[in-house]
Amino acid sequence: MKQKNISIKIDGKLYKAKEGQSILDVARKNKIRITTLCHHPDVKVQASCRLCLVEIKDKKGLFTSCSTQASDGMEVTTHSESISRAKKINLELIFTEHCEECSDCVYRYGCHIKDLAKKYDVKITKFPDRKKGKPVHEFGPALIFDSSKCIDCGICVDICEKVGACFLEYEKVGKFHEVMPSKDKYKDCIYCGQCITHCPVGAFEGVGEFEDIDNPLKLKEEGKTVVFQFAPSIRSTIGEEFDMPYGSIVTGRLTAAIKQLGIKHVFDVSVGADVTTVEEAKELIERIEKGGTMPMFTSCCPGWVKYLEFYYPEFIPHLTSVRSPQVIMGGLIKTYWAQENKIDPKDIVVVSIMPCVAKKYEIERPEVLMGDIKPVDHVLTTREFAQLLKKHKIDLKNVKAVTPDPFLGAPTGAGVIYGASGGVMESALRTAYNKITGKKLPRLDLEEVRGLEGCKKATIDIDGKPLKVGVVNGAANAKKILEELKKDPKAYDYVEMMACFGGCIGGGGQPMPVNDEIRKKRAEGLYNVDSRNKIRMAEESAFVKALYKDFLKDHDNVHLTCHTSFSKKDKEVYPKNK
Amino acid sequence: MIKDIITKLKDANLLGRGGAAFPAYLKWEMVKKAKADTKYIVANGSEGEPATDKDGYIVANYPQDLIDGIKLALDYIDHSEAYIYLRKDYYKKYKATLEKMIGKLPIKVFKEKGGYLSGEETVVCQEIENKMHRPRLKPPFPGQAGICGYPTLINNIETFYYAAKIAQGEYKNTRLFTVSGDVKNPGVYELPLVLTIKDVLKKSKNMPTDDFFVQVGGGASGDIFLSSELDQPAGGSGAIIVYDLKKTDPYVLMKRWIDFFMEENCDKCTPCREGTYRLNEMIKNKQIDKVVLDDLLFVLENTSFCALGKMVVPPFKGLSEKILKLK
Repeated sequence: MKQKNISIKIDGKLYKAKEGQSILDVARKNKIRITTLCHHPDVKVQASCRLCLVEIKDKKGLFTSCSTQASDGMEVTTHSESISRAKKINLELIFTEHCEECSDCVYRYGCHIKDLAKKYDVKITKFPDRKKGKPVHEFGPALIFDSSKCIDCGICVDICEKVGACFLEYEKVGKFHEVMPSKDKYKDCIYCGQCITHCPVGAFEGVGEFEDIDNPLKLKEEGKTVVFQFAPSIRSTIGEEFDMPYGSIVTGRLTAAIKQLGIKHVFDVSVGADVTTVEEAKELIERIEKGGTMPMFTSCCPGWVKYLEFYYPEFIPHLTSVRSPQVIMGGLIKTYWAQENKIDPKDIVVVSIMPCVAKKYEIERPEVLMGDIKPVDHVLTTREFAQLLKKHKIDLKNVKAVTPDPFLGAPTGAGVIYGASGGVMESALRTAYNKITGKKLPRLDLEEVRGLEGCKKATIDIDGKPLKVGVVNGAANAKKILEELKKDPKAYDYVEMMACFGGCIGGGGQPMPVNDEIRKKRAEGLYNVDSRNKIRMAEESAFVKALYKDFLKDHDNVHLTCHTSFSKKDKEVYPKNK
Repeated sequence: MIKDIITKLKDANLLGRGGAAFPAYLKWEMVKKAKADTKYIVANGSEGEPATDKDGYIVANYPQDLIDGIKLALDYIDHSEAYIYLRKDYYKKYKATLEKMIGKLPIKVFKEKGGYLSGEETVVCQEIENKMHRPRLKPPFPGQAGICGYPTLINNIETFYYAAKIAQGEYKNTRLFTVSGDVKNPGVYELPLVLTIKDVLKKSKNMPTDDFFVQVGGGASGDIFLSSELDQPAGGSGAIIVYDLKKTDPYVLMKRWIDFFMEENCDKCTPCREGTYRLNEMIKNKQIDKVVLDDLLFVLENTSFCALGKMVVPPFKGLSEKILKLK
């Protein structure tokens, strides 16, 4: 249906708009600032905070611009005495819900409500804290929800539903409906952390964010060999924390900054991703040739894996047994690299910088242990690591770039695009195609699996045989594919699934804010690295070649460092009672 | 006869009897004209406002007229089915009788979850869909997209009752008033449509002898009038509650109201959730700061999501100014 063109006046100036657009949308499009807290483009209009107020000519009272449609000839005012008064009072009321803990908040360096308090001259302690003493709910080893900070905007409940977990819900506690983790034994947290990146006031945060970020460095002082590795997506997101443009690639600066913290050994998890690709392509071909369980699902996203193990355990045999890049890389550091450097793996501490809080959960899974050795000891999110740098007064923007530790080599372009939805699929297909046909894919850029669309489908012709692939981001979209597979088990041959929107670049450990425009730029950054890379296929990496010739020629080593297992999971997270 | 029901409703100037007084024929026409293969009709008997009993009175005494009224709408609106949406106690008492009378008509008797908000049009839809007890964003209005997104006509039970009376040619421009409180003859009275508060009290033989004040429109959200202010029409849902001035402790009364609003609001929007809580704190401690009170009522009136927040304002404003004389 075509939308009618209309025009409305905002603060005396005429603007073109489409019928059905909200006043807020029209204002934002024209760079007119209107205060909001409960508005996020990823979820439906909440209209709960009651701050985005405007007046409309010939209409009595105030209107929330997020929920009022623009109509032709409408005259809107965004500033008036009444508007300011109402905003101030509503802010005072919002502050009665939010127990401040500013020094340890995810919004420490960019607190929206604090800015608003200043702007509207709000006395934030006008009323006593209503939520004092409300419980802090722990969501496994991944994240926490401090309900004494929640302002009841409702975004988290919606984003949790949109992701597909449906774990956060409203429950009547005393006289109030409150956001609560579900008690329902058929619902559980999948640790994606989208609630963190969408909460406007920092009521959710990663476990240890930021109080424990120094811990890995302390281990160095205890004589441990502390090794850092960073995920593919970090290079295109962490710059935001240092006011760099969205999608800025900072691989070299990031490496240098880690070194400035006194860390000698810095590795790129994209190298681990190259190993994942080779192993995964091998497994795919094996499944096709030997009639194994098809379609094969990727398993490098621990949020997705948890979703499947909890909600659809009957599909577990579809998951590739190949470990995720961070776990493979950590494992190689503690075996291959440790042997070469004659260090006892027990004295090595591997710290991952990850886009994700589910990665904090992944390293605690008993299935990833190598004997009694954990491949990775600590996970810091992008935000946590940025905070660590700020704490040590290291400004990433002004650091001189260096290259990561050469021992574990440089990644191929394929390893870098793992950070965007479709990247794992694209990398594996480049390699699988080559392995099956002995030729390079005619077109290395698989545009059809790229982008932010929730469900992408493509058919790749491999020597006359079609390979049907699916790529989804957002677990709710994965659900669609799983339901489709229940009806038609042959609908796909290979499916990549990521819990977060846009893949890891939109992960729960990434900088805030996030929206589709930002996700797009972050992904573009990674694809640019790939297209500029001379080597764009995992198996062509000199390091990968050497690794298979040397360490991974031993099948036991492949099994130890590159493969894992999965099992049906019972509910792990319950609400905490006061 | 069916052909001209709309003209009849229009000529009789039947306005919705739920309190908002929207012309009934317009709502009916809107749903009739909407294009959809399923449409719904709801006779709203939520009656969640304290001290209103008129819908219950109709269901108890004139169930056949109510069903006849709904049938008019069913006949007028193609491929429609209906609900009689009842408060829990009404449901318990009258379900069997109603179902017997309904027979094979496409009308279901529905038990609402309870509470003031249950009567709000979009919450009616939410409840019938078994969804969260919270109002929806408007537009779309239920007439455009109501239950499961289908066009839905929602009218108060009294509106359907009078639609039947109009069709039967028996409508005499009356409505139902509920009189309660410190009066000799509490009850539901059918009286002429436009009547002053004073006339309602007189005609129902309820004019008090001691000094008093009244609350008009409902036992929680109704506005406050002194005994010297009774020459205005008794509007809204037609409920009048009389309070003996000497016997009534304004703080006890306000506490009753605020308990009601705190319990009944859905906690979605800031002014309702936090504003009613702050009012409660002040009333509980009997320390009302006039500036804070004005601030809270200001945001409730001007910025709340649905009508409930706005309805908190009249009783507190009225009582604090007219009885407590706060300055």
